[in-house]
Amino acid sequence: MSFELIIALLAATVHSGTPILFATLGEMLTEKGGVLNLGVEGMMSVSAFAAFMICLTTGSAWLGLLAGGVAGLLMGGVHAFVTVNCLGNQVVSGLALTILGGGLTEFMGTPYIGTSTEGFRPLMLPLLSDLPVLGPIFFRHSILVYISYILPFLFWFFMRRTRLGLAITAVGEMPAAAAAVGLKPRRLRWFAVTAGGFLVGLSGAYLSLAYTHLWTTGLSGGRGWIAVALVIFAFWRPFRAVVGAYLFGGVMAFQLRLQASGTDIAPQFLLMLPYALTVLVLVLSAWRGTRRSQGPGALGVNIEPEG
Amino acid sequence: MNTFRIRKREEPWKWGALVTFPGALLFSLSICALLLLWQDKSIAQGMQVLWAGTFGELWALEEALLKAVPIFLCSLGVAVAFRMQIWNIGAEGQFALGAIGASWMALAFPDLSHWVLIPLMFLMALVLGGCWAIIPAFLRLRLKVNEIISTLMLNYIAILFIDYLVLRVWKDPSGFPVSPEFSDGATIGIMFGRMHWGLLLCVVCGFVVWAFMRFTRLGYELKASGEGARVARYAKLPYSFLVLFVMGVSGVLAGWAGAMEVSAVVGRLQPSIMAGYGYTAIVVAWLARLQPLSIAVVAFLLASLRVGAENLQIELQIPAAYGVIMEGLILLTVLAAQFFTTHTIERTREGDE
Repeated sequence: MSFELIIALLAATVHSGTPILFATLGEMLTEKGGVLNLGVEGMMSVSAFAAFMICLTTGSAWLGLLAGGVAGLLMGGVHAFVTVNCLGNQVVSGLALTILGGGLTEFMGTPYIGTSTEGFRPLMLPLLSDLPVLGPIFFRHSILVYISYILPFLFWFFMRRTRLGLAITAVGEMPAAAAAVGLKPRRLRWFAVTAGGFLVGLSGAYLSLAYTHLWTTGLSGGRGWIAVALVIFAFWRPFRAVVGAYLFGGVMAFQLRLQASGTDIAPQFLLMLPYALTVLVLVLSAWRGTRRSQGPGALGVNIEPEG
Repeated sequence: MNTFRIRKREEPWKWGALVTFPGALLFSLSICALLLLWQDKSIAQGMQVLWAGTFGELWALEEALLKAVPIFLCSLGVAVAFRMQIWNIGAEGQFALGAIGASWMALAFPDLSHWVLIPLMFLMALVLGGCWAIIPAFLRLRLKVNEIISTLMLNYIAILFIDYLVLRVWKDPSGFPVSPEFSDGATIGIMFGRMHWGLLLCVVCGFVVWAFMRFTRLGYELKASGEGARVARYAKLPYSFLVLFVMGVSGVLAGWAGAMEVSAVVGRLQPSIMAGYGYTAIVVAWLARLQPLSIAVVAFLLASLRVGAENLQIELQIPAAYGVIMEGLILLTVLAAQFFTTHTIERTREGDE
């Protein structure tokens, strides 16, 4: 394999890892508050469509991005309402959201299959993009990728250094104790689920506006589920999520290259790679995991009203 | 000023489901009716076509029964696993493996008679479907791998595997991505109308599962293990065995559904058999609260919704995903509405809290 090819492959890794990173951080925020949201896959596809539609009609990629985020936020709101207010089972609500999201996207998106939009184009960062090796890998992408570089730091700072982030962590660990010190567990969970939904929405927007620029069916293609798995792999820590997201980005980029090179391996087996890797990654995290790498204490447990 | 307070009912509202279930259904249908406007279709006409395709005409009922068969079998299986709080989301993949197993036998021994070949097909569906479900069970027990994600990933892999088989291994001479047509010996016969004898197997399976859960010690242990691994081990229940067992049963039932689909309905292996029955099965299991008899009723209801949605697609060119939206919405609203059967909202005076 030539040197240029490796550089191109690594750049493609960043390109296809970015949406997974957004979604993983979104799900991580949600789970930090103690709510498991298995609707990521459905939220991702709905927000990809919302972003695509708005970008197509207004011509503004930024408005499209916002629409994607808001779509994710609204679907997160549905999940929050069902689980936080109505005490519905979190697993079932998330699955229902995935089913609903997949259906809605296909229903609304079918007439637009094959339509393309400008979306976000690569933005060469001055000076940085001219760096040898690092330039082409990291600094010749769309602006969303640059945002994703900062996001894990912001996430870490928010969870560890701000009052709101710490309160969310407390509610995710032990809602009763959090309520006892005067926090509002329900309100905090609502925030975690909807803000997480917003981030998942951004990942959907990335898919349609910066990744394909084209509307097709099944755009999310299991990335939402990969994100759910990566939260476990990342031990609920943002920087490990980066490693996981790029690992998957790498495998996706690699299998695409291999398909394009006209290998003898059947394309179906190459397409299986990310899914097989997802299971493998979970095996690895269980094997490497310690007590500290467990999820939030009250993850998946609803808060019963007192009295 | 009055404020509202949520209180847990001392006893669940006994007839609550009779109010909440239709209420949730009505709510979902109204939202779906509004969605017709998005497609610039008249609501009245849409609902009329939907009705004709669900309960309005005899052919629709027969078609619904045909679709209810795989949904029922898959749902019965996942419900057994859900009882134990094992989240088997993999009925879709286990269905695929069952279809593959049955097709394998059908294509390998086309000249055998009915009486040998069909049992052989079901046996292979049992083996492959069961194995596909045992893998995540094993991963969960040994390596603590979350079964929701592993079963789901295996769905994607199984569907791709069907694509591979019909494109490379069992390619039909016609050149289309389908397997060659099965011989007569590999085809399950017709019972009445379009309904095949598989319906009988459904009834037997449903009865066996119901009796098993109700009357056997293992069935009781299984329900008790739903409290979690620690409780089960403390009560000296064979937790690991039970997990393997319920996943195996789940996989076998879904596998048989797949075998019936290729043998009786389609007559060959083709990617379009993956119509999402495995996911609908999860919705059904949950709506039916995991009770075998209710599963039969709800499976039929959701199957007729599917037929109705297909009728909408044929008559009014409404995308088939319309039915999927309904399923998702109904599950969400029923889930939310269940709240009212366990809790009440009462008025309290200001400052009471």
